[in-house]
Amino acid sequence: MSISYTADEMMTVAAARMLWNGAVCFVGIGLPSTAANLARLTHAPEVVLIYESGPIGAKPPVLPLSIGDGNLAETADTVVSTPEIFRYWLQSGRVDVGFLGAAQLDRFANINTTVIGSYEKPKVRLPGAGGAPEISSSAKEVLIVVKHSERTLVNKLDFVTSVGFGMGGDAREKLGLAGKGPVAVITDLCILRPDPVSRELEVASIHPGVDRKTIEDRTGWQVRFAEQCEVTEVPGPPELGALRELKARTAAAHGVQGDEE
Amino acid sequence: MAEWVTLAEAIAAHVHDGDSLALEGFTHLIPFAAGHEIIRQGRRDLSLTRMTPDIIYDQLIGAGCAKKLTFSWGGNPGVGSLNRFRDAVENGWPGPLAIEERSHSDLANAYVAGAANLPFAVLRGYAGSDFARVNDQIRSIKCPFTGEVLAATPAVRPDVTVIHAQKADWKGNVLLWGILGVQKEAVLAAKRAIVTVEERVRSLDGAPNACILPSWVVTAVCEVPRGATPSYAHGYYERDNVFYRAWNKISRDRDEFTSWVKQHILGTQDFAQYLRLQSEARERAILL
Repeated sequence: MSISYTADEMMTVAAARMLWNGAVCFVGIGLPSTAANLARLTHAPEVVLIYESGPIGAKPPVLPLSIGDGNLAETADTVVSTPEIFRYWLQSGRVDVGFLGAAQLDRFANINTTVIGSYEKPKVRLPGAGGAPEISSSAKEVLIVVKHSERTLVNKLDFVTSVGFGMGGDAREKLGLAGKGPVAVITDLCILRPDPVSRELEVASIHPGVDRKTIEDRTGWQVRFAEQCEVTEVPGPPELGALRELKARTAAAHGVQGDEE
Repeated sequence: MAEWVTLAEAIAAHVHDGDSLALEGFTHLIPFAAGHEIIRQGRRDLSLTRMTPDIIYDQLIGAGCAKKLTFSWGGNPGVGSLNRFRDAVENGWPGPLAIEERSHSDLANAYVAGAANLPFAVLRGYAGSDFARVNDQIRSIKCPFTGEVLAATPAVRPDVTVIHAQKADWKGNVLLWGILGVQKEAVLAAKRAIVTVEERVRSLDGAPNACILPSWVVTAVCEVPRGATPSYAHGYYERDNVFYRAWNKISRDRDEFTSWVKQHILGTQDFAQYLRLQSEARERAILL
């Protein structure tokens, strides 16, 4: 039996499913944090969540509003300094999955979180890199979760903050980046995965009820669909229940839901 | 040896116009009281470094204290943009702000290098990104053993680092715990260090591996209860998320921001009076 759900809930559930039990996951704040905690509360109780502020093995009862909330430290297996997180734990190759968001993303899953417009005279000054460049280069693989719009999935980035597959093909390997790069981009419409050779993102799974034209219209490049394009499994009652309880607990604690941009 | 002084005395004695300054604290223990005092005393032309500028640098930038910002993530955590920072970068208000942009990993490594008295940091980073195009301080170095090409970036060596911590003893030894960020490294990297604390205690009673900064690496220590508000102090008070959200509105408009600074910072004698004003405003809002 299925219950009704929103496109955002589909996105979060689909992103959470990508994490396996026991995975060591370096978590960005916002949508990635929601999805990673949903995974921990459902099928992956042993997932190890690392936040760049220093907590390792965090198990926050409600979603953190910032990357350094106290409940991350209180529930962590250990809390280390920020230099240690980046040096010993991320750069060393101990992280299985880096979980990121993006302001802009291109067809090769490169990310811009720096500026819209020119760097010198930006139209919009975005927050900047944070930990994302090293997460995208050093984590063994990367998941990206973004809302699907032509302003986000763009033909050309205004600035490359974090590298996915560069110009495509074997560009990432040539740059000497340690991890294998983005393996999936999860949106509120579909799941995109890189083509094994060209590394261009293509639609691998469409969320139920979404048509191809909507995806095409809301993607800034001529998006391709995989030959074996699937339909994403609908969110199950346990997944939706856990997500809604988590959001309700978070709203009660903070007065907001924890993944507002 | 650290000297116990008031915050106003510490800023007057150790923070000068034109200094390079790092006010650190990763979401936790952000030294807001010290930031306010710098604004109150009208410092100018500061070169500010901070991984996450947060509201504290939004206030310093908007109040016209800064000429340069070195940073790695400039947002209002959990809320959105830093409006004063954006206005300075996008429109040059209240004056031009030079920016030096790096990644978290880079700045964390650069503080470590500064603390170790080394000239630069080495890390795997930036390959394939556009950072080096806009920041000529991001360079590379070849490993003499393996030939691997690594990023090399300058150490952070501030004239002054300011942090907030939970406790200090009567000698000025400082104890902090919870999310530690880069505070220890930032203190050790600086020429002078000012530490504000929640309380002055007879003895720290720290465990053997506790994060303690010995008095002799600290220049001045000041007792400022709630001195990290609206960020939080683990074991003392929670993050004031209401203020972080309210800041989005206060800071959006130049006039509203300016009058807020006039009333709440320039118009108050110290942080204690600022806190009283805040809580009165909060009570009025609830009563309305």
